[in-house]
Amino acid sequence: MNDTVQLPRWIDVGVLPVINLLLALAVSGLVVLAIGESPSEVVEILLYGAFGYEEAWGYTLYYTTNFIFTGLAFAVAFHCGLFNIGAEGQAYVGGLGVILAALYLDFLPFPIMMIVAILAATAFGAAWAYIPAYLQARRGSHVVITTIMFNFIASSLMVYLLVNVLRPQGSMNPESKQIAEHLRLPFIHDMAASLGIEIARSPLNLSFVYALICSVLVWLFIWHTRWGYAIRTVGANAVAATYAGIEPGRYIIMAMMISGALSSFMALNEVMGVQHRLLIDFTAGYGFVGIAVALMGRNHPFGIFLSALLFGMLYQGGAELSFEIPTISNDMVVVIQGLVILFTGAMEHMFRPRVTKIYMAWHLRRHGQEAA
Amino acid sequence: MSDTIHQMHGAGETGAVQPAIELRGIDKRFGAVHANKSIDLRVEKGTIHGIVGENGAGKSTLMSILYGFYQADGGTIHVDGKLCVIKGSEDAIALGIGMVHQHFMLVETFTVLENVILGVEGGAVLRAGVDRAREELKRLEREYALDVNPDAIVGELSVGAQQRVEILKALYRGAEILILDEPTGVLTPQEADHLFRILETLKEQGKTVVLITHKLREIMAATDNVSVMRQGEMVAHRKTAETSPEEISELMVGRKVLLHIEKGEAAPAAIVLEVDNLCVDTLQGVRKVKNASFTVRAGEIVGIAGVSGNGQSELLEALGGIRPVTEGQVLFNGQDVTPGHGVDAAELRHRGVAHVPEDRHRMAMVTGFSAKEAAILGYEDDPAYQKGIFLNWHAIADATEHMMSEFDVRPNDPNLKAANFSGGNQQKLVLAREMMRDPELLLVGQPTRGVDIGAIEFIHKRIVAMRDAGKAVLLVSVELDEIMSLADRILVMCNGSIIGEVAAADANERVLGLMMAGVAPNEAKSAEGHHV
Amino acid sequence: MKKLLTTMVAAAACYAGVATAAEIKPAVVYDMGGRFDRSFNQGAYNGAEKYKADKGTEYRDFEIQNDSQREQAMRNFARRGMSPIVAIGFSQASALEKVAKEFPETKFTIIDMVVDLPNVQSVVFKEHEGSFLVGILAAMASETGKVGFIGGMDIPLIRKFACGYVQGVKYANPNAEIFQNMTGTTGAAWNDPVKGGELAKSQFDRGADVVYHAAGGTGVGVLQAAADAGKLGIGVDSNQNALHPGSVLTSMLKRVDVAVYEAFEDAANDTWKPGVSVLGLAEGGVDWARDENNDKLITDDMKAAVAKATEEITSGSLAVHDYMSDSACPM
Repeated sequence: MNDTVQLPRWIDVGVLPVINLLLALAVSGLVVLAIGESPSEVVEILLYGAFGYEEAWGYTLYYTTNFIFTGLAFAVAFHCGLFNIGAEGQAYVGGLGVILAALYLDFLPFPIMMIVAILAATAFGAAWAYIPAYLQARRGSHVVITTIMFNFIASSLMVYLLVNVLRPQGSMNPESKQIAEHLRLPFIHDMAASLGIEIARSPLNLSFVYALICSVLVWLFIWHTRWGYAIRTVGANAVAATYAGIEPGRYIIMAMMISGALSSFMALNEVMGVQHRLLIDFTAGYGFVGIAVALMGRNHPFGIFLSALLFGMLYQGGAELSFEIPTISNDMVVVIQGLVILFTGAMEHMFRPRVTKIYMAWHLRRHGQEAA
Repeated sequence: MSDTIHQMHGAGETGAVQPAIELRGIDKRFGAVHANKSIDLRVEKGTIHGIVGENGAGKSTLMSILYGFYQADGGTIHVDGKLCVIKGSEDAIALGIGMVHQHFMLVETFTVLENVILGVEGGAVLRAGVDRAREELKRLEREYALDVNPDAIVGELSVGAQQRVEILKALYRGAEILILDEPTGVLTPQEADHLFRILETLKEQGKTVVLITHKLREIMAATDNVSVMRQGEMVAHRKTAETSPEEISELMVGRKVLLHIEKGEAAPAAIVLEVDNLCVDTLQGVRKVKNASFTVRAGEIVGIAGVSGNGQSELLEALGGIRPVTEGQVLFNGQDVTPGHGVDAAELRHRGVAHVPEDRHRMAMVTGFSAKEAAILGYEDDPAYQKGIFLNWHAIADATEHMMSEFDVRPNDPNLKAANFSGGNQQKLVLAREMMRDPELLLVGQPTRGVDIGAIEFIHKRIVAMRDAGKAVLLVSVELDEIMSLADRILVMCNGSIIGEVAAADANERVLGLMMAGVAPNEAKSAEGHHV
Repeated sequence: MKKLLTTMVAAAACYAGVATAAEIKPAVVYDMGGRFDRSFNQGAYNGAEKYKADKGTEYRDFEIQNDSQREQAMRNFARRGMSPIVAIGFSQASALEKVAKEFPETKFTIIDMVVDLPNVQSVVFKEHEGSFLVGILAAMASETGKVGFIGGMDIPLIRKFACGYVQGVKYANPNAEIFQNMTGTTGAAWNDPVKGGELAKSQFDRGADVVYHAAGGTGVGVLQAAADAGKLGIGVDSNQNALHPGSVLTSMLKRVDVAVYEAFEDAANDTWKPGVSVLGLAEGGVDWARDENNDKLITDDMKAAVAKATEEITSGSLAVHDYMSDSACPM
């Protein structure tokens, strides 16, 4: 009911998420206590595991890279009023584009291959998103339904291709051949080494830089171009868009294709940067986590960066946690991650009324003092 | 129609001793905005009490406090003499307070009956409650002549009927005090008439009615007492019989307002818009506009009058390029611009057609946008707003500021969220956006709906100024006053057809009213003759 | 943060101090299924636990959640000076290859895959020999002369099982008919008991009365279906006879536990050697399970036939064809 009260931005994007995060940690602490471990130790290990040493940073930022891509993907569609939960499938198919380019155009020099791979990922991911987008724009089929179906279709398609087409003779795993050495995205530690800086090995690679560039590009696109303006108009009020001569269908398709392309960039990180081959299920749920990342980051690239970092921390710190404390199994780590998503994403409005009230009281008092 | 109103006028001197509602020193702030400043209000039982004020005067806030949507920062509420704390609408309902909002709170896909019992189903098993409710509903419906079918789907009802469903809902919940927020804003004169008859019946049955409005005519015709608000303060209480529209409007705006528009003779020139045999169907295949043919010339204002829902909206939307046309042709400066034939809303804008739609929240703006974002809607591809591939926000902010100062939009802040402007200021911003483009043709629907008096005057002046500058204006309005005072020629629509045309000089409320009811123009005139 | 860091470093140092006192610091990295998959990974877990119980040597282990963690876990162990590091499953090969090169002093053992590096020991099993033996038992136990095989994921390794089994069946009964089904083509095929049960039923409908599974978790459904239908099932990897006593003819044992145990033990005794070690019947790496649960099902004739075949295979007079040697099965 208190819609009319506008909280200052620093509370909206600063204080509220921190309160939610602390609450999530508090509840996680109870869970940890319940299995007989010390919560403070767990938090220490989690933080140390995520940020405590060079390699940890590398892993954290490697996960962050994936989350930035899928978070941005979700956000762009969301600005157009679309709930694209198909990042998983779009990234998967985008990976096909990357691996095909890398395997069949392996005569290309690296700089050209990098552009070709980006284009291939874009083409495949966007094409995969185009079908649900078309169905939404022209046939009114709800994008939530179609994108989730397309995740399944992508999964089956990729299994077929990996098992029957891409798998080298005699290989046990349904996975593609390795990408030629010179076509792999350089690891950050290798790049640093060539500059004479010694840093620990980690999967962090050049795609992280590309993720940051994409964040800036998305920000420019959404808030500083007329297409982004049109997409936001369609998302906020499709009738007003029609009135303004902005044909919603056109922008729904545009937003979804951009979203699909952004998701597929995750494949650059995974396929071209880390695994150097196409693995089955390499998307590993990053597409779905992207939804939480985007919602928590309020669909703004900067917010997405911060929440992607948080999730990267949870992934890497969580792995470290189950490494250090055997009683905290993987499942327990997932519980902790889930609690953080629940409190920061799904229940983010829980404290809003109370914080609003406190803020109003504080504001009034200060105001009163100024008047006096 | 005016007869009924006059009957009502002066009928309410049944002053009861115990006030139904008494508010003492109600105070409410939203951040820096002091929406209600120590408001006192006394509403006598069994009366119709009007609360008037310009948009943003604090009327709706006050009523929202009474209905429990907001908590007052200070002050007390007394209902039937008892001190009450109203923490939510449930408390208000329990105290016998019902509210009909400006924007209806109805589930459109439900039937009337389902809507009425929503929240008071009376047990987990729907059946028994439904049967009981149906009986009760029929009784209420008869008693107050509400004229709604309990089994009709709400989404298919006219706006007036939906409003009556809201009233029914309140009565079903045992309301003794009924608050209506701008009830006639969306109604046709006939529907408004019907509403006032219902309110009169309610009063006769001993119910208390609080009517929030900014239409002086309604206040004068329908209420017993009137309270005037201005800028968050309660400035006066009057017995309606002892005041005059001039006094009230002066109290509202704090200065005298000109209720009539000074305009000279029109000087119609070349034909700008030519509509030939236009037919518009809905997606479901219902024909909303039937074989409409008319012209609009440069330098004249053509008004389209009609009861809301008789095809004016669809006609306006089709001309604006938003709604596909089934048959017929639209010529703009002699060129075919029939929607769907390669011409859309964007193309029309390029050619010089500006369009102010009837419903500003639904269509003319995105409330979540800032004012400067709202100010480029439809013109976002204007080269003046671009810098390479990017939008030039500096230029846009400058342009917005210019629009705002030109049309007196307050506060003059291009970065403020559109939703935070009052209705009148939102409308002025939309009008500025469309009119300052210097279009050759202005399509404008309900330009002053939900707008306060000061702004109405301003908007009317700007529209006349456009005409005088040699532009063509097509005005759609359900406010007969507005049509009569602005238009040079008046077309009346009924059931999708243009039933006739009247020169403004020959028009009066009675003739237009009859035509709106479907009586052909010559018959309408003779009928008027008999009456006189 | 700084304080935290020092605490952590101190903790790590402290840990290392404790560890040097022990003979070896072994570690295990499980595959995706996790340590309690009732099959392959659990075998490794059992081996490690047994070693811990026997020698009192603590070990560390890790269950990976995604592909990039394989490398991370191995590197983590290696950096802490853990050795030997036993990687379970063929999927670990590429990660292990990378990390083994980074830590040439650390001993790595990989199960079910060959990685050719000076500090890597590769342990592979002659599953075809074990399957051959249970094939003989299946053929002799069958009354209809029709037996079945249900594989998990369709990969060369599982075809190797199937091929050995077929050879065993034909060895005992050249006229026997064999139905073969694979559950799927992805990792999900290892954990689909419902589909496993359905495949088994369809084989029973076609007349089979003994079914051998090499399908991990999927096999639980196969054995259940056999028990429900009054037919016989054959278990795999670990001894599954006890799952449905009287309905499980036997189990083809693949001694991953032994492999892990020996890797630890060899490292402790300084007898650990890189290179490929192939564990077959002769080495006790594969076997068939006998216990009180299937005592009544195994006749003396069967025992004798299996004993004879075992003797022939270990002596080398009988060669069971390995599918993976030429990606083909003679039968």
